[in-house]
Amino acid sequence: MELLTILQVLDSTMRLATPLLLACLAGLYSERAGIFDIGLEGKMLAAAFLSAAVAYTTGSAWIGLLAGIAASLGLSAIHGLASITFRGNQLISGVAINFLAAGLTVVVSQSWFGQGGRTPQLAGSARFEPITLPFAEALRDIPVLGPIYYELISGHTALVYIALLLVPVTWWVLYSTRFGLRMRAVGENPAAVDTAGVSVVGLRYAAVIICGVLCGIAGAYLATALQAGFVKDMSAGRGYIALAALIFAKWRPWYALYACLLFGFLQALALRPDVIEGVLGFKVNGQLLDVLPYILTVIILAGFVGKAIPPRAGGEPYVKER
Amino acid sequence: MDAMPKWADVVLIPLISLILAAILSALVILAIGESPTKALMLMIDGALGSTYGWGYTLYYATNFIFTGLAVSIAFHARMFNIGGEGQAMIGGLGVALVCLFIPWPHWSLALLGGTIAAALFGAAWAAIPAFLQAKRGSHIVITTIMFNFIAAALLNYLLIGALKPKGSMEPATGKFPEATHLPNMHEVLAPFGIEFSKAAPANISFFVAILACFAVWALIWRTKLGYEIRAFGHSESAAKYAGISPTKIIMVSMLISGGLAGMMAINNVQGEAERLVLNAVEGAGFIGIAVALMGRSHPFGVFLAAILFGFLYQGGAELALWTKIPREMIVVIQALVILFTGALDNMVRMPLERMFLAAKRRNKGAA
Repeated sequence: MELLTILQVLDSTMRLATPLLLACLAGLYSERAGIFDIGLEGKMLAAAFLSAAVAYTTGSAWIGLLAGIAASLGLSAIHGLASITFRGNQLISGVAINFLAAGLTVVVSQSWFGQGGRTPQLAGSARFEPITLPFAEALRDIPVLGPIYYELISGHTALVYIALLLVPVTWWVLYSTRFGLRMRAVGENPAAVDTAGVSVVGLRYAAVIICGVLCGIAGAYLATALQAGFVKDMSAGRGYIALAALIFAKWRPWYALYACLLFGFLQALALRPDVIEGVLGFKVNGQLLDVLPYILTVIILAGFVGKAIPPRAGGEPYVKER
Repeated sequence: MDAMPKWADVVLIPLISLILAAILSALVILAIGESPTKALMLMIDGALGSTYGWGYTLYYATNFIFTGLAVSIAFHARMFNIGGEGQAMIGGLGVALVCLFIPWPHWSLALLGGTIAAALFGAAWAAIPAFLQAKRGSHIVITTIMFNFIAAALLNYLLIGALKPKGSMEPATGKFPEATHLPNMHEVLAPFGIEFSKAAPANISFFVAILACFAVWALIWRTKLGYEIRAFGHSESAAKYAGISPTKIIMVSMLISGGLAGMMAINNVQGEAERLVLNAVEGAGFIGIAVALMGRSHPFGVFLAAILFGFLYQGGAELALWTKIPREMIVVIQALVILFTGALDNMVRMPLERMFLAAKRRNKGAA
């Protein structure tokens, strides 16, 4: 196996893991605060559409990113309203959001661009361009380390680095700040937080908003960095894989990174059947690689490889007078 | 004391939710530059204006009755079965195997065999998530979502591999033999002197779906098991105290739920396509969630809601044909119905409850 081939697979692992990681961290904030969110998929999809549409219209990927975040936040607001204010069923609200996004993106893009539910191809500044890190060209010829730096570490879009940076940031926020402590508490025992005089509703809305922003970045990454434009259903189950990664990581930020890298690696491998055949000596069915994240999650959930215990108050609306 | 009379809970709240969803849908149609009234007329004409339209409406409704009942039964045990889609896919696999590999002498026996196979396969697909929920405490929502994806991949694998006839390029099984073909609505109604379109896909499984409604009603409200399921749904701890085994209720209700979702396959696979194709379920498993919420988990409500969604589905297809409104508009309407009848239920309920309480107090004051 050549170094270059390995680097290519790892490079696409990075690119495919990024939307998973962003969505997974989004879910982490929400679920740690006690709000289940199976609407990650829908929020990503809505953000992907609006970011591509606005990036195409304005010619700026960054304005597109803001629009994507706005779209995702809009759906987050519905989720917050349903599950915090009106104490509805969080799972049902998530399902509704997924369908709302799946339907509206096609209806609106059809009427906006008339291209059968897709946006026009993005080019130039409407897309996030790869960033070449300093000295990447100069160091390229150093054996082993040079290509690793040039191929793998350098040459990604800004959003990839933002996603990676968000892992230590999330870890710090969650475990070293007052907000993080309170947020974790509100997911475990909201009554205690309430007794301490801190607003349960406020904390949960804050978590849902953070979740919306991160899903917005994830969706914008799909449409304006990973690909060049929006196509119908382009999130393709990534929101659910992110959810699976979150369980796999047992709701912890660093493990979320590892889980997303693993699932991204599986997706990257599915794109390169020749590599698998070269390594293993036999063909592995592509379908199997695609569903491996789901199967692994079921095994984890079954408790055969350590137990995944969700935040205790997750999924339950908080009622003050009890 | 309840704040509201029963009729308000059963009729008024779903109706208001539906109207809210309709208003928002009309706004979306307005926003993309079409006329909502014209769209509604087109939908009514296309879905209910001819026996051909009715044939499609009832065909879709049959799917939604099965998946709606599936979600309802799980709701009664306070479980959320999101896996109807996967269970219906695997039910289709059961129907396909039975129709392809057993030489049936007559369609009636083939229907019986197909129904049993569909229910068994669907139930089997629900069994693993149910077992994991009952014994290992894994959340049923997450596991059933995962099983939807696994089912899709499994079917994909089989339809481009083992089940594809030799020489065919299409990812689908071969045509089922003649003897397994179910009579369509035209053949069923002709002896009664009713003219029905020959081309529409509605078939005899519509009546199986109605039977299933009665069976579910009898099970939930007229048997000991149904009582146990409802008791468990209301309070797990109380049910446990009364000697009801949670494992048993979770397993049984999920098996029935999966079986019902699987049974949808006698309509779409055996009745209509007469072979198994990729994506045969077309999201009907998810529409079951909207149907169950709208129908308040009661078989009669599910029946009405399924007809409504059948109408929306067929009407939506007509819209896509004659206007600029794409088919996905139906998904938007479906989402709004789920949102208002499910997640935002309290938004409609709380002001209504306040109104009824105020009215009650006024009456007491007068008396």
